[in-house]
Amino acid sequence: MTEMTLLGAVTDALRTEMRNDDRVVVFGEDVGKKGGVFGATDGIQSEFGETRCFDTPLSECGIIGTAVGMAVYGIRPIAEIQFMDFIYPAFDQIVSEAAKMRYRSGGEYTCPMVIRTPYGGGIRGGHYHSQSSEAYFCHTPGLKVVIPSTAADTKGLLISSIRDEDPVMFLEPKRIYRTHKGEVPDGEHVVPLGKGRVAREGTDCTIVAWGAMVGICEKAADEAAKQGKSIEIIDPRSLVPLDEELILESVKKTGRCLVVYEAPKSCSFGSEIAAIVAEKAIEYLEGPVARVGGFDTPFPYSLEHLYMPDVRRVLKGIEKTFTW
Amino acid sequence: MTSKLLTIIEKDGKAAKDKDPNLSDAELKRVYKTMVTTRMMDERALNLQRQGGIGFYLQALGQEASHIGSALAMEDSDWFFPAYRQPGIMLLRGADLDDIVNEWYGNDGDTSKGRQMPVHYSLRSINFVSISSPIGTQLSHAAGAAMAAKIRGDDTVFMTYCGDGGTSSNDFHSGLNFAAVYQSPCVFVVENNQWAISVPTSQQTASESMAAKATAYGIPGVRVDGNDILAVYRVCKEAVDRARKGGGPTLVETVTYRMGSHSSSDDAARYRDEEEYERWKERDPIDRFQKYLAKKKLWSQDWEDEFREQFKQDLQDAIDRARVRPKPAAATLFDDVYMNPTKQLIEQREELLGLEGPEADDIGEFPL
Repeated sequence: MTEMTLLGAVTDALRTEMRNDDRVVVFGEDVGKKGGVFGATDGIQSEFGETRCFDTPLSECGIIGTAVGMAVYGIRPIAEIQFMDFIYPAFDQIVSEAAKMRYRSGGEYTCPMVIRTPYGGGIRGGHYHSQSSEAYFCHTPGLKVVIPSTAADTKGLLISSIRDEDPVMFLEPKRIYRTHKGEVPDGEHVVPLGKGRVAREGTDCTIVAWGAMVGICEKAADEAAKQGKSIEIIDPRSLVPLDEELILESVKKTGRCLVVYEAPKSCSFGSEIAAIVAEKAIEYLEGPVARVGGFDTPFPYSLEHLYMPDVRRVLKGIEKTFTW
Repeated sequence: MTSKLLTIIEKDGKAAKDKDPNLSDAELKRVYKTMVTTRMMDERALNLQRQGGIGFYLQALGQEASHIGSALAMEDSDWFFPAYRQPGIMLLRGADLDDIVNEWYGNDGDTSKGRQMPVHYSLRSINFVSISSPIGTQLSHAAGAAMAAKIRGDDTVFMTYCGDGGTSSNDFHSGLNFAAVYQSPCVFVVENNQWAISVPTSQQTASESMAAKATAYGIPGVRVDGNDILAVYRVCKEAVDRARKGGGPTLVETVTYRMGSHSSSDDAARYRDEEEYERWKERDPIDRFQKYLAKKKLWSQDWEDEFREQFKQDLQDAIDRARVRPKPAAATLFDDVYMNPTKQLIEQREELLGLEGPEADDIGEFPL
């Protein structure tokens, strides 16, 4: 075990899997000599050379389009998109090509690739460096969507994503890139996709949260405990595939459910979780399923602290599941 | 920059000796046969669509030299990232006719399991990568696959196609730029057939030619008479050889003409002059190549009648087999979304298969 940041765990996972599988290549804007704008690929090019870790022209469409071709041909591309907010020029390549290659070719061609990208708010980045647009990708059959919230999970999930036979969107909560530190197993460490974790055990209300929101919810749970409420926190770790059972088991136990996420509240993946709970666990519910998300506004700059779910809003959300 | 149009076969079938690529007699005959049978297949398929047998079709009428001549420059181990107007590549490479026809019907024998509209083939058996409808996306894929081959040290070459409309797409820029920056072994063939559905080339670009665009990417751009199969072959062979030797990508513009409508859903008479069509008909690539073969005493009416009759029968047999095959089984709807279905997909599959009563029939086979 080594203590490292969530960011360090990204680098550790890349290094581990590149040593393990010489088909793996890493590329994107500034990922080579500079090691990425956040440093996620720091030292990768010097260890593996310019053939396996290289800078690209400034074109998200080209980065993902060429990654699709590489994956179809048979190597394992890991493409970095510098900020998730810049991913849209590549949207067509992701949803029309990467996601559909296996299906549309009847399984003749596949597209095993990883798109790594930092996402989410809390860094004073305004709306072009802060968005959480996971819902677009969760809504696209053929893609997997993975979001870690701890350093150990970051390593284990990223390695699983690289080994996966399908395209994976690996979304890194940049707000906790450096603030989160944890013990990470050395060498081989795999966390399977589709298995959530109980981040905190409790008995009165289930909160489902991912990425940087898990930490916020943990703080809120401490506050709620002072009011005598025992909160359970479920971190799905991958939104697609989703560990429905873990969420439903927890809700059946607590009888209450709150979903917390950074994306705009409406039509979010949180809405999907609320629907699943309503569809499959209504007889266990003692109150309404509540959502605390970002607002249905573009991501703000100066008022970011009001837009982002915080302890105050999460507590209010918990209250809604008890009182209506 | 090369924007001069290379032509080898003159109108009367004569070919300049110093430019003739000197293909063997057997190869010349095989190529001619491929061009003719490609056109026969296009005609038969469009008729099938008109008769209500299949839902959609898209012909390559008039572009046989352009795509078959370019594909001829490739080795069997090389890969194609095609657009949707290169059916002759499949015949040139000896694809199974059943694989082609089953795709039109989207039946249970279709290699893509009935997942796409007609003409969106996927034929791994001949390194012919699954076709999508969004324009130009395959150009970046070819560049990326070529980068991967270079990384692995393979000597595979990649050829990808788009039309004049495709040169306006994001991926035209991304694909050419990436291929050029990484000097990857990729040949981009722009089949300039003068029309993107109803929009003429003059509305597509202000460049003097499509080949001229290569200059900005720092790669060779060659403009060739797309209705002259020897010229197309010669230019593409040079490009493929250069790519294989590590010389990087080439942009080839084949100047040709879409003699049919865009697709079975389009009527070119609504936006195109009959005169223009007549002018191009005089430059029909098959007629021209036939004259060339006749001069070399390689063509005879008997030979053509014979292989036409054989192909007509083979195609009809494939159609007869395809049209009685059932649709893919309902459960296959959920296959190949991922390597293994998610729990959600399994649940949805069970829900569908558990339904009772007749299946919906209100969409019909071909509602448009």
